[in-house]
Amino acid sequence: MKQRGRGAAIVVLALLAAVVASLALGARPIDLSTVMTAIVRPEWPTLDPIDAVVVRELRVPRTIVGLLAGAALGIAGAVMQGVTRNPIADPGLLGVSAGASFAIVVGLSIGVSGTLPLAATALLGALLASAVIAVLAARPRIANAPALLVVAGSAITALLVSATQLLLLSDPEALDQYRFWTVGALTARTLSDALALAPVLAVGAVVAALLARALDALALGDDVARGLGFGVRTSRAWSLVAIVLLAGTATALAGPIVFVGLVGAHLARRLAGPGHGMLLPLSGLAGAALLLVADTLGRLVAPPGEIEAGIVVAVLGAPVLIGLVRSRLGAAL
Amino acid sequence: MTTRTTNPAPELRVEQLHLAYGDRTVVHGVDLTITPGRMTALVGANASGKSTLLRALARVIEPSAGRVLLDDHDLHRLPRRLVARTIGILPQAPIAPEGIRVADLVARGRYPHHGLFRGHRSDDDAVVASALSATDALELADRRVDELSGGQRQRVWIALALAQEPRILLLDEPTSALDVAHQVEVLDVLRDEVARGMTVVIVLHDLTLAARYADDMVVLAEGRIVAHGSPTEVLTEQTMRTAFGIEARIVADPDTHRPIVVPRARGAAPSAQ
Amino acid sequence: MTTLRALRRRDRTRGLIVTAALVLVLVVLSLLALALGAVPLGPAEVVAGLLGLPGAPGSEFIVRGVRLPRLLLAVLVGAALGLAGALLQSVVRNPLASPDIIGIAQGASAAGVLVLLTGAGSAAITGGAITGALVAASLAFLLGGRGVSGARFVVVGVAIAFLAQGVLGYALTRASLVDAGSAYFWLVGSVGSPSWDDIGLVAVVLVLSALLLAVVHRMLAVQSFDDTTARALGARPVAVRVGAIVVTSLLTAVAVGAAGPIAFVAFASGPIGRGLRGRGPALGTAALVGAASVLAADLLAQHVVPGSFQPPVGLVTGALGALVLLVLLVRDDRRKEHQP
Repeated sequence: MKQRGRGAAIVVLALLAAVVASLALGARPIDLSTVMTAIVRPEWPTLDPIDAVVVRELRVPRTIVGLLAGAALGIAGAVMQGVTRNPIADPGLLGVSAGASFAIVVGLSIGVSGTLPLAATALLGALLASAVIAVLAARPRIANAPALLVVAGSAITALLVSATQLLLLSDPEALDQYRFWTVGALTARTLSDALALAPVLAVGAVVAALLARALDALALGDDVARGLGFGVRTSRAWSLVAIVLLAGTATALAGPIVFVGLVGAHLARRLAGPGHGMLLPLSGLAGAALLLVADTLGRLVAPPGEIEAGIVVAVLGAPVLIGLVRSRLGAAL
Repeated sequence: MTTRTTNPAPELRVEQLHLAYGDRTVVHGVDLTITPGRMTALVGANASGKSTLLRALARVIEPSAGRVLLDDHDLHRLPRRLVARTIGILPQAPIAPEGIRVADLVARGRYPHHGLFRGHRSDDDAVVASALSATDALELADRRVDELSGGQRQRVWIALALAQEPRILLLDEPTSALDVAHQVEVLDVLRDEVARGMTVVIVLHDLTLAARYADDMVVLAEGRIVAHGSPTEVLTEQTMRTAFGIEARIVADPDTHRPIVVPRARGAAPSAQ
Repeated sequence: MTTLRALRRRDRTRGLIVTAALVLVLVVLSLLALALGAVPLGPAEVVAGLLGLPGAPGSEFIVRGVRLPRLLLAVLVGAALGLAGALLQSVVRNPLASPDIIGIAQGASAAGVLVLLTGAGSAAITGGAITGALVAASLAFLLGGRGVSGARFVVVGVAIAFLAQGVLGYALTRASLVDAGSAYFWLVGSVGSPSWDDIGLVAVVLVLSALLLAVVHRMLAVQSFDDTTARALGARPVAVRVGAIVVTSLLTAVAVGAAGPIAFVAFASGPIGRGLRGRGPALGTAALVGAASVLAADLLAQHVVPGSFQPPVGLVTGALGALVLLVLLVRDDRRKEHQP
């Protein structure tokens, strides 16, 4: 029990550090007191107006987008891993994010506009992709070989990405706007977008939290879970709802991002054990921290330009997945 | 275990039960009553339907025809949580989450007693502790499940099932992968629970072990019951022929006088029976 | 004994029938490819155009200059991808592992796009694609564990595929809009702009690989067992796996370099070939299936889709291949339900 408390403390501290870094670091480093002043008292006389703009208009929005999207992906990753009993499940890896982004691009090309309508199309795309994955994951052959699910997901992702690219091709304006978003970036959406979508994320998080016990039982196998009085099919269906709400909205906010769910959930499990009561919130915190760190790194690596967070996560997350597979965890695949 | 209720043990019964996977019927029209408060062993050759029957008793699969009854109520119509508080199942290949500790695993057996607002409390801890001590696993409480030996792990899974405080415990080949010392360990624990009033239904492939520990035996062949009764009544040379297709000699155990099945060597003359 | 001989004979007959049928399909599709188009040509004109006989003067240009190269590219790229996929799937013992899933095709694409964006010519792009494919394959093999089960290798490959996608994303966001557009177009996979250099390269690599595999095909049959059993039978599973991965990478790289990453052909040809042939690894059948698939998909894309927009062949194969994938994953389980 003490170990769990310590693990939680580590994640919370890491997240706080990531938030601070996200607000303070960049092509224009701003010290912490200036950051606080810019947020709380923008009319302070000695405050450099450029600093204020950078903090309020650029850094705060992307930090909030990062927090929301990262947390959503982290929780979705933990739920996915629990419901598929697959230690390397991830909404990006298994095609849910690709489904959401394909749906958004389809929506754009048929004239859908506005944050909430586009987010709704994202949810629809995420739902379709998740449904396919859910059906596949329930198959005994795939349930016994977690690697197969990842392969299937990657194939689905490839198809959806290719279709998305084709659609973008047919509309050069959309191409220009969305080629940055489709690699996963925290800057494509405004603060008001993020706040508008936050309630959807909150609903998804609540659904996930209510599933914690069911996920604990599912982890013991379908038969034992039924023996403990849990409806396996209903639990799976609600998990699907949570995954769609969380991963779909995260994609609408920040584009399709891989590995955040995987790594966030894995870290949380390492630090706090497999009980979903702690695992779900910690995965959210860890995912948020990871995404913010990736975004900050992207700003620091090639100033004054930046590398989008999605690219940083893909490049850094791949070795983590490989490391996971090579460890004892991989023996179970 | 702590106090058992003084209510009479519930009775599990199946009527004209047909079980199928897809279009392949595996159990054909079985009628069976599980005597409460005793250990019943389900035995039979591979693919005889014994595991399927057990899973139907545990409400894990639905009958394609016929009924499963718990005290004359249709099992599938009863509330899920109530069934979970009454019947516990230990399936053939249980999965333990990576890195989980014994105490946490066994604690999950308390879920049927939790509600939306009632989580894990201190009296749950007491039940977990007594389940662990009943299976002689109390000193393993802080160990990781994946570090335990086969026998220890099976005892821990039984502790999980016991933590549910069920009146009926169903086990699917809990001894298959264990060496003989651990097999005996596990069955002794189950025998203790029966002595305290639990009903145990266990699928076993080792006939001699089943005969030694069970009060009743049910022999299945090709989805039908071919024999049902005490081990001595059930294990005969004729049953071995019909249900398992082998010639065997039945010998009495010197200590318990229960039957021991000894398959005949190739080339030995068949018996007169 | 006679039953074994009879079984072998039946197997060989089936092989001949399947091969003949696929070749026939390819011939019919090829004739269609040469005949159909903006200027429809009759069979006589097609033959005249092919052989350079005096006939309608335009037909020689149309047939030899426009349609034949496209036809050849489609067939060769399809065969290369089909062969690459079937080979990898049999060697890794995983029907779902294929170069377009475990990062080889993505590595080739990422490197190819990076070169394309520097403005270099087709040969350099192909060179880049080959480098990218080999780098991705080496990483997957080295990190995936030598001699260990195929599952780990596959997941490592998927990780590398996503890493390559990240790199690719970086390149696409740094390029100008026009360049990005052509890169996207190349990425979806198209046989619409064939060059004889590309065709020649793919043909050479394909023929060499086919010869090599014909020589070692018996070793591949043993590969289908687990490593311990294979070693007990005197095989060297790790060496075979390395060799197969190199061949797969080369085939994939030249195909991707010539026509972009055409989705799913590598993945689906193996299982389809195995299904037709009745047993694995069915490499030759897979190559024929791949060739026929790409050609058929290209014909569909060119002539069946209404309007002037011609979807690249990669999208057609992608949609069909996804269906094959789902059917494959769903189908096998009826046999393997729970044992009672």
